[in-house]
Amino acid sequence: MSFEIAGIAILWTFLFGYLIVASIDFGAGFFSFYSILTGHENKIHNIIQRYLSPVWEVTNVFLIFFVVGLVGFYPDSAFYYGTALLVPGSLAIVLLAIRGVYYAYNTYGNHGKNSRIYLALYGATGLLIPAVFSTILAISEGGIIEQVGEKVFFRWREFLTNPYTWSVVLLALVSVLYISAMFLSYYAKRAGDEPAFGVLREYALLWSLPTIFASFLAFLQINKQNPAHFERMVDMSWMFIASFICFVIAVSLVWKEKYLGWCFIAVMLQFAFAWYGYGRSHLPYILYPYINIYDSFTNRTMGIALITAFSLGLLVLIPSLVLIMKLFLFDANYVRGNAGKKKG
Amino acid sequence: MAVDTVLWSRLVTGLTLGFHVIFATLGVGIPLMIAIAEFIGIRKKDPHYILMAKRWSRGFVISVAVGVVTGTAISLQLALVWPNFMKLAGNVIALPLFMEVFAFFFEAIFLGIYLYTWDRFKNPYIHWLLTIPVVAGAGMSAVFITTVNGFMNQPEGFVMQAGQFTAVNPVQAMLNTATFSKVFHVLSSAYLTGAALLAGIAALAMLKRGVSAYHKKGLNLMMAVVLVFSLLNTLAGDVSAKFLAEHQPEKLAAAEWHFETESGADLILLGWLNAEHEIIGALHLPKLLSFLAFGDFNAEVTGLNEFPPDEQPPLLVHYLFDLMAGIGFALLAISSLYFLFVLWKKRNPLNKWLLGLVALSAPLAFLAVEMGWFYAEIGRQPWIIRGYMRVEEAATSSPSVRILFFVFLLLYIVLGVICVLVLKRLFNNNPAELEMEKWLQAKQDKTAANTENGGHA
Repeated sequence: MSFEIAGIAILWTFLFGYLIVASIDFGAGFFSFYSILTGHENKIHNIIQRYLSPVWEVTNVFLIFFVVGLVGFYPDSAFYYGTALLVPGSLAIVLLAIRGVYYAYNTYGNHGKNSRIYLALYGATGLLIPAVFSTILAISEGGIIEQVGEKVFFRWREFLTNPYTWSVVLLALVSVLYISAMFLSYYAKRAGDEPAFGVLREYALLWSLPTIFASFLAFLQINKQNPAHFERMVDMSWMFIASFICFVIAVSLVWKEKYLGWCFIAVMLQFAFAWYGYGRSHLPYILYPYINIYDSFTNRTMGIALITAFSLGLLVLIPSLVLIMKLFLFDANYVRGNAGKKKG
Repeated sequence: MAVDTVLWSRLVTGLTLGFHVIFATLGVGIPLMIAIAEFIGIRKKDPHYILMAKRWSRGFVISVAVGVVTGTAISLQLALVWPNFMKLAGNVIALPLFMEVFAFFFEAIFLGIYLYTWDRFKNPYIHWLLTIPVVAGAGMSAVFITTVNGFMNQPEGFVMQAGQFTAVNPVQAMLNTATFSKVFHVLSSAYLTGAALLAGIAALAMLKRGVSAYHKKGLNLMMAVVLVFSLLNTLAGDVSAKFLAEHQPEKLAAAEWHFETESGADLILLGWLNAEHEIIGALHLPKLLSFLAFGDFNAEVTGLNEFPPDEQPPLLVHYLFDLMAGIGFALLAISSLYFLFVLWKKRNPLNKWLLGLVALSAPLAFLAVEMGWFYAEIGRQPWIIRGYMRVEEAATSSPSVRILFFVFLLLYIVLGVICVLVLKRLFNNNPAELEMEKWLQAKQDKTAANTENGGHA
């Protein structure tokens, strides 16, 4: 594997990590709010809080990792994306800020009562943030960022009137809810919390069909937006078929209320196949047609240094992640809420 | 117009960093204090110190939330507001930026574990061990990010060829000449500020509600840390000044209003400049600048006039420097006085005046951190990468940056207010003495009668 490919594979993997953990987080925010509106609050609130509290910080790091790594491996991307995305990027920062602070406020500063306005804000950011981020995928297909001479422009009109933009936003919204509900069902089942499981299972089934429809829609829109990319996707169609098979497995397992651990693994595989299939067919471009991984790669020494740092970092990171999962995800007592009740 | 967007870009970044640095300093400093308190608590079997660690970590999490959020903001803003800078320097500084995130990742994981595993292990030292990766992760992320700043001040580890950095050696760029003094100063001041804040809170609580065993122990412990890190920080400041004198003389000269190159240069405190650039009303300490810069009262110190006018930093930095250094010495004096009173039995270290000074030293410490960073950053003007790239070449060309300044200003005001309100609510309705009593009561209910040791307000 060349350095160029290794670099983008690392970044893509981090973004996939973010996709999964952030979806759980964002979706949970929305469900918290939604459950209050529908009177299911006390059924699922505890489950959500117990999972999210120890891991909320970790979620953000995946994102920063991606941004820092992208600019590190491909410094040109800072120039194009940075210049063009000043406004949407700042919007994303503000949304993340509202969410992060609300989170700390709700978890540590507020005893008991949830204010509806805050929860609505929390739920809304949970849907808006993925929508904002997903538009980058649309932008990367080309036609929205344009260079004229030395300057880089963001074409708002093309961006907003582009059907692909909206199909990606739709896909992001529904898959966040689907992934989140799938995970929380699994978590509730482990906790032996049947009422929560019942509610969350319904959510998971409810959002499964829209997710698959939105995927097809986005798939078709790529054909219009960037036919060359679509052709490469067709060449790798086995990955998308594998993704669909995983989807069928996941939904049937949650339907039968069996093997929910495997069910969530199938969800992750479903998205992994689609994600890597999409990413692979997108290559060699990071931003069509300005940034491709071969021309914009950083110098060789930095490439080696980054990959070395990454490998060494993983040696520390993976055991720590395993530890946090063991303590909070796979510790039956904690999941049931018997241990660690006292907050720090 | 171009100049206008440059100014707004600087303002946006200055605003974000100025706000972030408060929480970043807490993020580095407080974990060490929590670790110390919990260790002493386990060692001495004294529940006061355990409660201290618990309460501090509870407040700490709120500040971490704001720190994470503003840290995310600055990491994205680097590329959004300074795209040309990242395009050029990304080839050299990507490694430390990457490693910084790794260190933070590490810290985030263990902080999550630490906060949710109180009372989960039979052996209390296992829980305490979790503070080590948190303290180390926080310290390491400060180290890595400071190397980036060191590089921008003292670019090394590459060859400039046709407007590109080539022959890059990322490790040499990280370990540039500026790195050691910067890292030393950043870490020592973060630990100093963290301790000063906690000491200040204890002092304030005693001023308001009278002396209590809990706050007395907290104050003693934190004042000891303040004393140690004041000394180290003074040393770090001295190392930094000597670094500047040798490698970045224009920055030191601007801070000291030292215009003519001369041997046996005076140290100038405060004062102001008239229209002819003459210094009025300042306190002159003869030959002290030469001594500070080179350890020799008669050494020659380069003056600002040696540099072309368009490469001179603004002269305002003089006040930033004086204020920072002044506060540093004040903290050293206050902590020394406190222990003098502790040792000298006739005096009460908990008298109103001294407690007031200690309480005051908390905001002063933060002010000094801000002043120090503003001095370091403004003192490097007009460069973003000293000697290689000027700020106007690096900033975004988008005029929207002006509106974004106000958007972020509003955001930080909201974040700041919420943070203060949450912390107030968290602690005001639940004083330490009360929590201690409840806690002991719960313990007493569990095990048969145990002697109650102190803790009454």
